[in-house]
Amino acid sequence: MPLILPILIPFLTAALALLGWRSLRLQRWLGVVGAFALLAAGIGLLISVQNEGIRTAQIGNWPAPYGITLVADHFAALLVLLVGIVGSAIAVYSLADIDEPQQSFAYYPLLHVLLMGVTAAFLAGDIFNLYVWFEVLLIASFVLLALGGERPQIEGAIKYVTLNLISSFLFLTAVGILYGAVGTLNMADVARKLQTLDNPDIVTTLAVMFLVAFGIKAAIFPLYFWLPASYHTPPAAVSAVFAALLTKVGIYSLIRMFTLVFDHAEAPPTFPLILVLAGLTMLTGVLGAIVQDDFRRVLSFNAICGVGYMMLGLGMHTPLALTGSIFYMTHSAVVTAVLFLIAGNAHLVRGTFRLDRLGGLAREAPWLAVAFAIAGLSLAGIPPLSGFVAKLILVRAGLEAGEHLAVAIAIAAGLLTLYSIARVWDAAFWKEPPAHEVPIERIGGEHEPGPLLPREKFLLGAPVATLVVLVVIIGLAAGPIFSLADAAANELMNPAGYIEAVLGGAS
Amino acid sequence: MDLLVAVLAPLAVAPLMPLVRRFAGRHVGDVAAAIPLAIAVYFARYVGTLGDGQSVAFRRAWVPEIGLSLSLRLDGLSLLFVLLISGIGALVCVYAGGYLAGNRRLGSFFGSLLAFMTAMLGIVLAENLLTLYVFWEFTTLTSFLLISFEHERQAARAAAMQALLTTAAGGLCLLAGVILLGLIGGSFEITELIERGDAVRAHRLYPAAVILILLGAFTKSAQFPFHYWLPNAMAAPTPVSAYLHSATMVKAGVYLLARLSPLLGGTDLWTVTVTGVGAVTMVVGTVLAFTSYDMKGILAYLTINVLGTLTMLIGLGTELAAEAAMIYLLAHALYKGALFLVTGAVDHAAHSRDLRELSGLRHRMPLTALIAALAALSMAGVVPFFGFLAKESYLHAVVEAPRMWPLLTFAAVVASVLVVAGAGLVAVAPFFGTLSEKADRAHEAGFRLWFVPALLAVAGLAAGLLPQTLAAPLVEPAVAAIVGEPVPLELKLWHGVTLPLVLSVIALAAGVALYVSHERVRSVFDGTRVLGGWGPAAWYDKGVTLLDVVAHWQTGFLQSGFLRTYVTVILAMTAGLAGLMITHFGLTFVERETIGVRWHEGIAAGLIVAAAFVAVRSTSRMRAVVALTIVGFGVSWIFVLFGGPDLAMTQIVVETLTTLLFVFAFYRLPKFSILSDRATRFRDAVLASSVGIVMTLLILLATGVDQYEPTSEYYVRSSVTEAHGRNIVNVILVDFRALDTLGEITVLSAAAVGVFVMVRLVAPKGGRS
Repeated sequence: MPLILPILIPFLTAALALLGWRSLRLQRWLGVVGAFALLAAGIGLLISVQNEGIRTAQIGNWPAPYGITLVADHFAALLVLLVGIVGSAIAVYSLADIDEPQQSFAYYPLLHVLLMGVTAAFLAGDIFNLYVWFEVLLIASFVLLALGGERPQIEGAIKYVTLNLISSFLFLTAVGILYGAVGTLNMADVARKLQTLDNPDIVTTLAVMFLVAFGIKAAIFPLYFWLPASYHTPPAAVSAVFAALLTKVGIYSLIRMFTLVFDHAEAPPTFPLILVLAGLTMLTGVLGAIVQDDFRRVLSFNAICGVGYMMLGLGMHTPLALTGSIFYMTHSAVVTAVLFLIAGNAHLVRGTFRLDRLGGLAREAPWLAVAFAIAGLSLAGIPPLSGFVAKLILVRAGLEAGEHLAVAIAIAAGLLTLYSIARVWDAAFWKEPPAHEVPIERIGGEHEPGPLLPREKFLLGAPVATLVVLVVIIGLAAGPIFSLADAAANELMNPAGYIEAVLGGAS
Repeated sequence: MDLLVAVLAPLAVAPLMPLVRRFAGRHVGDVAAAIPLAIAVYFARYVGTLGDGQSVAFRRAWVPEIGLSLSLRLDGLSLLFVLLISGIGALVCVYAGGYLAGNRRLGSFFGSLLAFMTAMLGIVLAENLLTLYVFWEFTTLTSFLLISFEHERQAARAAAMQALLTTAAGGLCLLAGVILLGLIGGSFEITELIERGDAVRAHRLYPAAVILILLGAFTKSAQFPFHYWLPNAMAAPTPVSAYLHSATMVKAGVYLLARLSPLLGGTDLWTVTVTGVGAVTMVVGTVLAFTSYDMKGILAYLTINVLGTLTMLIGLGTELAAEAAMIYLLAHALYKGALFLVTGAVDHAAHSRDLRELSGLRHRMPLTALIAALAALSMAGVVPFFGFLAKESYLHAVVEAPRMWPLLTFAAVVASVLVVAGAGLVAVAPFFGTLSEKADRAHEAGFRLWFVPALLAVAGLAAGLLPQTLAAPLVEPAVAAIVGEPVPLELKLWHGVTLPLVLSVIALAAGVALYVSHERVRSVFDGTRVLGGWGPAAWYDKGVTLLDVVAHWQTGFLQSGFLRTYVTVILAMTAGLAGLMITHFGLTFVERETIGVRWHEGIAAGLIVAAAFVAVRSTSRMRAVVALTIVGFGVSWIFVLFGGPDLAMTQIVVETLTTLLFVFAFYRLPKFSILSDRATRFRDAVLASSVGIVMTLLILLATGVDQYEPTSEYYVRSSVTEAHGRNIVNVILVDFRALDTLGEITVLSAAAVGVFVMVRLVAPKGGRS
């Protein structure tokens, strides 16, 4: 299977949908079919990586390191598959969630440009090319965020784009300086050259710039401001795809750079630094989650807390810890997406995201309650669901590595996550709704809250049900997924394989 | 495999219960009872076959790489618990069918109850410690659902949340402890760990593992100071209280201690902590019982007392103590279960459980009164009830404790006295005396509501009369499993006049005397209610409040809502971290040959710097933009000077365009004004300069590296020969790095679409942008 396919499919989908501007039907069909095609490509890619090992493609047949290289190892392939899964679920959900004017105004093309940016970032083997994909997903996400044009959306979008542009600026500057030092942009080539560098301190110094640039994208402490400022403003489908995928790109880039490129010097001081930031991210994220009074803001802060867990594995920097991070990324993409979709469903039923105004959903929407219970408990790391296995791997890795404080924080954050989920359960699902009429919160571009057609109920329910089933499967059938994550982590911990796959035996 | 089926059967049936309710109607409880009953019957055949440490096992890998497997094992200890869980479970199902008859959510109630059974069976059959943890958390969750069954009531929800947070916190400690234990011992399988017991106990991390595991067990089994959640959990429907919060779930902690005592026990840390906490809990529970007027509340505190006693006995670690613990466990399940269910019947009939409102009920509910009396006699330890045997054996174990025996004996006797009086409170006070107003309106309980507790109470009597036949086959293998070798057991009522018997009689007499004057005793103990203001329950409340305050403060502090603060923090982080690294490694600039600064280069640089200052200091937008344009043109000039005319041209075009855009945008902007004060501006200046300095240093450091040929040399070499193009920039854009260009085109298209859509879709709605 050509490596370019997971980039090409959303690109062509977006382009064709733009050409079919006048036909809403065509755009809807393209949006959904394209997403499922991406899913199929993701499956194909993962299978081919499992069979053939790390795969590379030299675009335009220019040999690495001179042209642009695409690389798919287990890590990248797994994440591309996740994009396919989340993208398909969101594409279907959007059919009923996004209102028609919005759908006919480039919703699907923009969604697919976003997906394209994300998959391409995972496959990029060239650091400037990675920057380009960052820009692609940034512009697409910015427009999706601002669409609808309600005042809170614009406010969130401005903060989002400003802070992310700072990230881009730092990233670009760092890339420039890196190129100035080693004269190459191909990541494998950079890694190889840094190994023979006379004075590697410069690179470690440069590493912190990448840490900040990607840290903003990944939403680590104290750089995550854009996330809680914006995730609760757009339609549920948009916030779900953001929460599931956008931070993953930052985390992916951090893991990639810090295992491949910045892992050369003995005892680099960056890993302890990442560990500290991971602990603070978990703690401040979850503390934020327990005091929010908006369904989606609770989830946003929990998403930050999750970023802390994923960074924890990188900070501990052992094979098992990285396996934990990668497993957590898999779990997190699915569970975060479904939780935001559940919040969206609650909003469509009740017309509000505010916890004090919600209530009675356990009776009125019992299946939604079941879905929330499963997804929420998984997020909190309750066995036997996906989050449990993810956290178990990390806790075990931490105790093996003797990082007792980090483990204590991870465990405490798990408890507080459970508390935050129980608070939402209590307020939205169990308590009686307020007796008085609740004002409807309008989200620009989203279906008006109120009674739904059976067809709409299906389109909104099926993605939620599918993702919840996945959450359960990732937990119960954790063995094979662990093996995948383990294979990915081993490739990351031994970058020689990656370098050889890209550059060949030549040096 | 059989074990797995048995464990999962209730859970598998659970989702069907709403459906069953629709078809079975009033009999939904009886139908639900069939599952635990079948399990009880299935496991009954193992009675008498597991005496010599034999066991039945099942194992399936889950994530074997991290020791996570689903392994189950049935031995004597498990069997006793399995039979308690399934047997009492079946009875509670039948009872609940009557107790909650007509309730709209009866289906989901039984669903949760059956799910809970799976969790409980899983705990007591788990062979792998992680498997055990999985089921352990599952009991916490199902308990949460059941406590807040009446979730319209705020009190029920609050109690459920308290139980959840307390036991889940303990559960997570348990998880950490278990993983530590697994890492120390190299396995998560309990039997394998026990084989390596000496090495485990000698390990440096053993104390940490023990403390963490004990925290898990103590929270679950409501040991002091974590006992506060249990009385509040009485917000659950009474069958749930009887089942979860007396007969089964709260004993999970005790089970865990018994299960792990061959592995972890015997050390000073273990013995002193477990015995000590158990003894304190034992006394605290009985004292607090006298602060409550709620029959269920009293029973809850008395349950805490029993849980403390059991914990203390397991901590002692002797054979006698293990025996006593198992006997007491069985006796307690029978009589306390009966008493809870009786309380439920009273509540159902008289719509009150308050002792101040209830007296003389025996006139209206004679059968219930009789059952209460039978159960209470067992609880008080009167001959020939099974409770007598239990009390005598535990006093025996205490008296012969290897250390601290006088203290423990004293505590045990005091607690026994109070338990006897407590038995009076729940079984005598409401039923005797003159008929109160509420009691007058009561009626005898329905069949299910008296039959089920009657069965339990009569079982308590029968086990007392025929202990060797009825109780020994259950208790003996359980003790063998704890002690690690077969222990012949001889259960009989009469051992001759021994010290335990004397103590037991004293306790009984004193207890009766105490009950007679219980009103006066209450006034004394009411003082402890004042103490409650500083007690563990208040710690919980204050802890949660504190957590909320801290969380509010930190979130407001970090997520202030001001974009300028966010930018400040990010830039400070950049400059700070990079600066830290630079100072950490020191500055090592490579000396390079320079040709010196030429005069026109100096002018360009000076112009740029000066224009930048003007841009920052200017109070006119137009002037600032012009100054910025000068900066841009200055940079272009430098490009020209260093041989990059193409770059310079691009730069000039971009600068011109940006300036024009700025000027157009001015019309839409509000009047210029300076909103920040001097200090803020000073801070910003420092920050901006720091970022600039750090960037400059980084560039200087990086350009010092001159080891490698840049890829651009390749482009210069191959542009014509390989790519057939003479303009290198163009060739790079459309050939060498064409994919980048594709990405940038996508960015521009998406931006164009975005602008178009925003204008068309948003503007008509009022142009809020």
